[in-house]
Amino acid sequence: MGPTDVNDPSYYHRVVDCQWACPAHTNVPEYIRLIAQGRYDDAYLLNRESNVFPGILGRTCDRPCEPACRRARVDGEPVAICRLKRVTADLRGDISDRLPRSPSEKNGKRVACIGAGPASLAVANDLLPLGYSVTIFERHDAPGGLMRTNIPAFRLPSEVLDEECRAILDMGADIRYRSPVTSLRALLAEGYDAIFVGSGAPRGKELDLPGRHEETGETRIHIGIDWLESIAFGHTDSIGERVLIIGVGNTAMDCCRSSRRLGGKDIKVMARRPRGFFKASPWELEDAEEEGVEILVNHAPKRFVIEDGKLRGMEFDILEWDERAEHSRVVGNLVMPCDDVILAIGQENAFPWIERDLGLEFGEWELPIVDEVTMESTLPGVFFGGDSAWGPKNIIWAVAHAHQAAISIHNHCQGIPVTERLPDGMNLVSQKMGISQWSYSNDFNPANRQRMDHVDLARRFSRLNLEVELGFSAEQTAREVERCLNCDIQTVFRARLCIECDACIDVCPAECLTITEDGDEADLVSRLTARRLNPDQGLYVSEPLPQTRRVMVKDENICVHCGLCAERCPTAAWNMERFELRIPYAADHVPSGVS
Amino acid sequence: MPSITKPKIPLLALEKNELGLTIRDYDGAMSTLCAGCGHDSITAAIVRSVFELSIPPHRLCKLSGIGCSSKTPTYFVSAAHGFNSVHGRMAAIASGANAANRDLHYIGVSGDGDSLSIGLGHLAHAIRRNVDMLYVIADNGVYGLTKGQFSASADLESTTKRGEPNTTPPIDPVVLALSLGATFVARAFSGDKRQLVPILKAGLTHRGFALVDVISPCVQFNDHEGSTKSYLYTREHELRATDFVPPAEEIVADVPSEGTVSVTMHSGSVITFTSLPEGYDPTDRASVIAYLDERAASHEIVTGLLYASDGTPDLHELNQTSETPLVSIPFERLCPGSAALEELQQRFT
Repeated sequence: MGPTDVNDPSYYHRVVDCQWACPAHTNVPEYIRLIAQGRYDDAYLLNRESNVFPGILGRTCDRPCEPACRRARVDGEPVAICRLKRVTADLRGDISDRLPRSPSEKNGKRVACIGAGPASLAVANDLLPLGYSVTIFERHDAPGGLMRTNIPAFRLPSEVLDEECRAILDMGADIRYRSPVTSLRALLAEGYDAIFVGSGAPRGKELDLPGRHEETGETRIHIGIDWLESIAFGHTDSIGERVLIIGVGNTAMDCCRSSRRLGGKDIKVMARRPRGFFKASPWELEDAEEEGVEILVNHAPKRFVIEDGKLRGMEFDILEWDERAEHSRVVGNLVMPCDDVILAIGQENAFPWIERDLGLEFGEWELPIVDEVTMESTLPGVFFGGDSAWGPKNIIWAVAHAHQAAISIHNHCQGIPVTERLPDGMNLVSQKMGISQWSYSNDFNPANRQRMDHVDLARRFSRLNLEVELGFSAEQTAREVERCLNCDIQTVFRARLCIECDACIDVCPAECLTITEDGDEADLVSRLTARRLNPDQGLYVSEPLPQTRRVMVKDENICVHCGLCAERCPTAAWNMERFELRIPYAADHVPSGVS
Repeated sequence: MPSITKPKIPLLALEKNELGLTIRDYDGAMSTLCAGCGHDSITAAIVRSVFELSIPPHRLCKLSGIGCSSKTPTYFVSAAHGFNSVHGRMAAIASGANAANRDLHYIGVSGDGDSLSIGLGHLAHAIRRNVDMLYVIADNGVYGLTKGQFSASADLESTTKRGEPNTTPPIDPVVLALSLGATFVARAFSGDKRQLVPILKAGLTHRGFALVDVISPCVQFNDHEGSTKSYLYTREHELRATDFVPPAEEIVADVPSEGTVSVTMHSGSVITFTSLPEGYDPTDRASVIAYLDERAASHEIVTGLLYASDGTPDLHELNQTSETPLVSIPFERLCPGSAALEELQQRFT
């Protein structure tokens, strides 16, 4: 295969599965080590650098990192990365003096952000410290976007949300509440140097079945995200006893659990497809079922049952699916009586306020055409990010988009092509402290994943905004941090030092090393010490070894980063080195000495 | 010396043997030998062999004497029986243990000092008696534990780390074993497990005494330019004289019948030698010794399973040992008491 190019930061980056999977590439192992050392402030700020909202994301993130976590490949359960992020927010002290500030002298460039959701706030976070004047237009009278309107307070307390939004607004953003943008043409005319669209995907999908528009009196058929929004702003405070939720995504989970708190007694989530094919995260399903919500599978909505202009129930076809849940047939039919129906079958983008003759092109599904790297639309100077760019994703993607958009906005304002961007950098630092001493906790700890404690069911529904998850205790935190395998402490190999004594191969508890003749990938893989179970994981191939010209091969898949190869290497050909990915942000694109 | 231990990781991916055990179930304690020591590779090869043969850990007995090599039984198969004897006496203890219980697999690990100096007499007689065991000599040519003096296997003209040349001729354990009538003689290199593991497995299944001399570089005192047992020297001078198809494996079709020799072992299984040098017969002691002499003159290190035969009776046949392990015989039968002794003595008066 020839030697692996380890000078390309992406090789070692991929080994850090969690960081690679995270859209914002948060340095997870490093913040977990900081927690282990009790350095909560540092851990929080390290998080903030990449994901901007550690307290919010520590409760609400979709956690792409956890399914990727190497620990799951070792003993079945990933490290509770997300809940450890919350620990950094829960246990930190006052960090206000360590937050970025904006300079008193501005650079004269004005940026408008549409919507005060995570994407716009993260753009403001990156640009305000560089001297930009940022104006944010928000249709509600509070910041946060969907984090406030769609995520119920029992999952994300408003104090946490307020504090992390304020940290950005206090840098000097000019936020205009109750100011929906109704015309992009008009906004363009105001002469901003750049415009960032972070208005989300605010339209809940409609279910146009018979009976949908036949209610004459009070409306008892609700659109999920609108209904959640009206709870968030205190406009809705009750619901009928029998509630049907249509759809089984994360919004459906928020709707059923909110119903439970507003007076719902008999709450059913109606899913078209079998379990295992739901969109909701497994942990959200668990939390809903713990609260007594029933999830019914294989029910396809057919019509709303309306009598005398009043909702009486809903009719469903009962389906039978093939194994992969691709094809179904109807095997039955039933009417489910109910008082309210909540539609949570997805949401979509809506840009009625963007005139179609501005040069801003739209593609399929009425989505704007946006460059995947620069986040720029076809109208130079107008950038998109978050759900407004490519439809509903999640908060962490919105933040990732925002960092990239901020770089583009900076370049655009400074007259530099938006495509002129710094590449990722990296740094490797030896972790050897002495004989058998490493600067990280390298011993494998067999602890199980810690369970998050919840408020008792008896007390849970006493207040609408009582946070359910209690956070990790000190003991739970201490156990969970030790489960992290420190995948960022890389096994770095220097072929010229190797004497091929096999010590590393013999000691490796995961059987991931092999010395063998080089060959093409399939041939090489056939000669590995242990079978290669995960071809998506990296295969390191060294330069030819000095004595026999064979090569050292490492299957990265289940390396537990214990450091024993380096420990037992007589010539220090192996070493354990901490990999730090240097992600360029907007601030890194400012020539030093100039702000 | 590492203070950390090899972690027991419940890896979902590890392969299992016929007993449902993974190779990690055959691990021992963490090695305290110098990093890079060849002995650790021998240990790993033993672990691999015992795992692949699906030997239950409690059916294994591991023995050793004194020296770096003799520390290694601690580092493999923690659940096995073990005996760490006085210097050079491992072969004697193994003979006794083997006579008392023929149901166990015996692995003795010794070094060139333990076997070729202080323990040479015991080794010679264990070979003569054809004790049913695998006897591994971790051969590095120096006394590593006492800071690198020459051992009895150090070659003429090789030097110590400080540069003094060796002037005393070496004992070659392979030639020694052949001359004493050993039934299974091999030489291997710790840096080549692809050869070592099949040899150890064949030795473990061989009935009688199986001697494997393993060149095992001392990374601390004998891995220098004047050494003839360093990693580099061994690799540059190794001559793989024989190859074989291990007894349990099927012969792959493309082995040419010409130049191959098959030896039917006591158990009925067959070792088939392939790619032999011209005139070399692994069942004919004289041809093997002649070949070794010739190659030694050109400083080549001959490796492979060099000699195998199964004609001679083993310890159990020679001494008519109990088929039932003594430990399974009721105490009353094993030790019939003073009255029975009295009666026995009467027969000699």
